[in-house]
Amino acid sequence: MSASSNKHHLDDKAFRWITAAAASMVLIIVLGIFVELLRNSSLSMSTFGFDFLTSQKWNPAKGEFGAASSIYGTLVSTAIALIIAVPLSVVIALFLVELAPPRISAVVGQGIELLAAIPSIIYGMWGLFVLAPVLSKTVQPALGSALGGLPLFQGAPMGIGMLTAGIIIALMILPFITAVMRDVFRMVPGVVKESAYGMGATTWEVTRQVTIPYGVHGLAGAIFLGLGRAIGETMAVTFVIGNRHEISASLFAPGNSIASTLANEFTEAAEPLYRSALVELGLVLFGITFLMQIAAQLWLRRLKRKMAVAS
Amino acid sequence: MKRRSARARQLINGAVTGVSTVAALLGIGALGWIIYAVISRGAAAINWTFFTALPTPPGMPGGGLSNALLGTLYITGIAAVIGIPMGLLAGVYLAEFGQHSKLGAAVRFLSNVLMGVPSIIIGLFVYTIIVLPMGHFSGWAGGVSLAIIMLPVVARTSEDMLRLVPDSLRESALALGAPRWRTTLGVVFRAAKAGLITGIVLAVARVSGETAPLLFTALNSPYKVDSLNEPTANLTVTIFNYAMSPYEDWQTLAWGASLIIMAAVLLLTILSRLTLREKKTWS
Repeated sequence: MSASSNKHHLDDKAFRWITAAAASMVLIIVLGIFVELLRNSSLSMSTFGFDFLTSQKWNPAKGEFGAASSIYGTLVSTAIALIIAVPLSVVIALFLVELAPPRISAVVGQGIELLAAIPSIIYGMWGLFVLAPVLSKTVQPALGSALGGLPLFQGAPMGIGMLTAGIIIALMILPFITAVMRDVFRMVPGVVKESAYGMGATTWEVTRQVTIPYGVHGLAGAIFLGLGRAIGETMAVTFVIGNRHEISASLFAPGNSIASTLANEFTEAAEPLYRSALVELGLVLFGITFLMQIAAQLWLRRLKRKMAVAS
Repeated sequence: MKRRSARARQLINGAVTGVSTVAALLGIGALGWIIYAVISRGAAAINWTFFTALPTPPGMPGGGLSNALLGTLYITGIAAVIGIPMGLLAGVYLAEFGQHSKLGAAVRFLSNVLMGVPSIIIGLFVYTIIVLPMGHFSGWAGGVSLAIIMLPVVARTSEDMLRLVPDSLRESALALGAPRWRTTLGVVFRAAKAGLITGIVLAVARVSGETAPLLFTALNSPYKVDSLNEPTANLTVTIFNYAMSPYEDWQTLAWGASLIIMAAVLLLTILSRLTLREKKTWS
């Protein structure tokens, strides 16, 4: 008896260790990404120093590399995406939680979630061959004639460029922001809403006075999450952003992003310095998304604790 | 609060309902538009040679993507063989041993972070640890990069599924003298089977449509898949290369490949969601 329970004890210890080792792989991978990207970008770092982040030059033939246009394109396309996706997601989440009949809400909710299942490359195909021609014929000329006074909307409506990239990213992050907002709105205690309805408030009044104030705290977490996704979006952006290393004020102009530069140029980069510069771009991207994710996680966790106390 | 007439309040309510309905329709409309575009353009490319022939140079008729179809299956298979057991074991640790441990908290947190890391960064990472030392691109490297993407997804969903199993079940098994590992693999896993499978299928569906992590690892190839120790043909990178080419017949093939990938991913996603929901309402 004691021998067999000893064996049990050993088996269980081994089992526990194996599972802990598998779990630790997550830590090792995250650490490994940091170490490897740092190691492989050291040449670029020592050659260009801090100027790498501010220089707009990108000339592989001359060995000049600067990340400014890629970083600019990443930030601008992400900003466009958030400006479109955030209000739309909040309104859709309200529709799903407060306004739609349960059956319709379930079907529409599933449909919105499916947007997240479609692979990035499919968004790219659709964006390049279907959406871009439509935008260049309708939306961009309309924007140009209405707001052409602004430098943002000047230039030839080519269909591909910063604006198209932003619109596609918006569609891709929409389901993530909607899902978070929907969960947040659902956490609003029913009793509070029912009291408002009981006093004769309309659905919108309950939404505005009760649900939205509760949900505002979740909004920041949802935006961080969407931001983290948008910044690293690769294939769809590579298809439609135009891939040009230049900063242009117009949103109609082609540009590039960190991810699209990597996707386009990494396999062609033969010289060590070129490759190292691209890895440093990757490191910048990793750093940004890492911080975004941590901010989002911490915020959402704090929010859940607060909501749990409140209800 | 300002006083408004009942009529004005009703009007505002109606307007808001209208706006939010339009927003929801916009989302659903985009989904429908994408699916319609891929089906209508992709269907033209799907025929027998698409599945059986190798790619041909542009302009030469009779080209297919048999190598890329097979290559994608192989690469996804490698990812599954590595990623599923590791993810399941990590999920077991999180649910059974590490609920309150520091390691558990760190792994849970970093899993969420890792899920948000752009997949192209994973590709870059695998390039530095496998492709550079080996000196060449390979299907193996592609499989490993997809496995890394799967790991946190499988770990977190299996943790959630294992936690749904009531403790009384664990205690019964342990009281009968079963060791902990036996209890977990034989009793808890069986109780959580449907949920675990759903999580795994969703993770496989997700990585099978990935492109960015394969760009620097598996690369692509116009040849038959003879060995996974060399650049390996796959559907998603083929879509990228062909779509960016100026040749119409290649672009048509890219649409065909898009249809195959999209149909597979969406079907797997919808099926696993349906089974999960049935299970939930059932118990």
